[in-house]
Amino acid sequence: MASQEFLIAAEKPWSGLVRKGQTITIIDSEGQQAVDTLFYKAGDFAERYSGQDTLRVQSSAYVGVGTKIISNEGNLMLTVTADSCGRHDTSAGACSCESNTVRFGHDTKYLHACRDNFLLEVSRYGMGKRDIVPNINFFMNVPIDPSGQMTIVDGLSAPGDHVALLAAMDVLCVISNCPQVNNPCNGFNPTPIRVVIAD
Amino acid sequence: MSRTPDQIAADRARYEEHQRKGLQGAPRALPGPSAIPTAPIADPIHVETIPGGWYWSTAMEAGESLRIAQDHGPSAIAMLAWSAIDPSERLNLPDTIKVQWTTAIAKGRVLFSDMGRVLLSVTEAASSAHDGLVGGSTAASNSQKYGGDHRNSRDNFILAAGKLGLDRRDIPSALNLFAPVRVDADGKFTWREELRVVGDYVELRAEMDLLLALSNCPHPLDPDAVYAPNPVTVTRFRAPIAEDDLCRTATAEAARGFENNASHLAGGH
Repeated sequence: MASQEFLIAAEKPWSGLVRKGQTITIIDSEGQQAVDTLFYKAGDFAERYSGQDTLRVQSSAYVGVGTKIISNEGNLMLTVTADSCGRHDTSAGACSCESNTVRFGHDTKYLHACRDNFLLEVSRYGMGKRDIVPNINFFMNVPIDPSGQMTIVDGLSAPGDHVALLAAMDVLCVISNCPQVNNPCNGFNPTPIRVVIAD
Repeated sequence: MSRTPDQIAADRARYEEHQRKGLQGAPRALPGPSAIPTAPIADPIHVETIPGGWYWSTAMEAGESLRIAQDHGPSAIAMLAWSAIDPSERLNLPDTIKVQWTTAIAKGRVLFSDMGRVLLSVTEAASSAHDGLVGGSTAASNSQKYGGDHRNSRDNFILAAGKLGLDRRDIPSALNLFAPVRVDADGKFTWREELRVVGDYVELRAEMDLLLALSNCPHPLDPDAVYAPNPVTVTRFRAPIAEDDLCRTATAEAARGFENNASHLAGGH
């Protein structure tokens, strides 16, 4: 079985091609690390992950085994085939320097943030800020209660927990291994992750 | 690179303080829903009736407001907005709900752009039966639900964006007005019909020069098996902004967003 493995250091971006029929496995090496993730159709980046379509199709607020990852064109991009954690978010989006100022105070502006990671990474493919859409946060714990209240709370993932996705089309996967230190999405302590792409 | 236990503890304490203020402060500061019926607008800039299934777009100057009223019966309205100066700045629902600690967009809340600035203020809302999570209908969702061929919000937004000089890459997640979607204890979406009110309306005030697109299509989770969206009346108007304006002062998060707007206007970024 052909397999590629990548180590993504704490706080860093990464991208890679996952071909139709391959499985991408994201491993939370040390636990409690949010992995902000976007998918684009290889060859047509205007077709990309849609959180709203994904939520609508499965009629559930969280991502887990069986979740169909749906594009903005309504097509199946990937299916979640394994999940040892049990809680992933696709409502809360990615941290940014700008939103941090609003959430946590203006003094948090100059801190490395996920949307800067995304911008650096997608720029390698000719994309820009308008291509950065609401993303999936693997291993991030964002409970939403029946009144609508939502908070980011401590992640549930233990060291070595993983999530696996089977690609239904060739996709570019873009990850920001979240550097956020203002909320508990990664226990206030960003750590490395691993990605394995296998046939 | 690993952070010390002292740094982690300090950041955790800071977050918990933010969370406590965010969850406890806003419910005290925010008013109840707007009264129905509301008074007619005396001197509107523009009035438009959007037929069921159709879309409409407009440019709004900072300080102008838009009333979206269900005066022909129930409908859902999906909405997008972009900065008119730089449309790469646009409505960001994850930031909007995360920053304000709630998916329930109610009177007194604001809608954020991806750049930490306030796009629109919700100055009036007769319900908080709005949906920031699921998004509007698509050809596929309509076909599955109704069969046949009915107009959908996704295609409406491609048309509206196209006519504004934008394209598919410029269509962010949509806010659905008049769609009582909530998440139940198991994480499933529920349609809370009891949150809907007859004669519902919202008023949104542009907090920067905007482009705005509306789609009048049934929400994909609406259990009604018949595709029968009613017309919706939208009225653009200008109203004075009080010094102690509710949306600008009700929460610390909104206040910081408006500080970012002011800083941007003054030449910062």
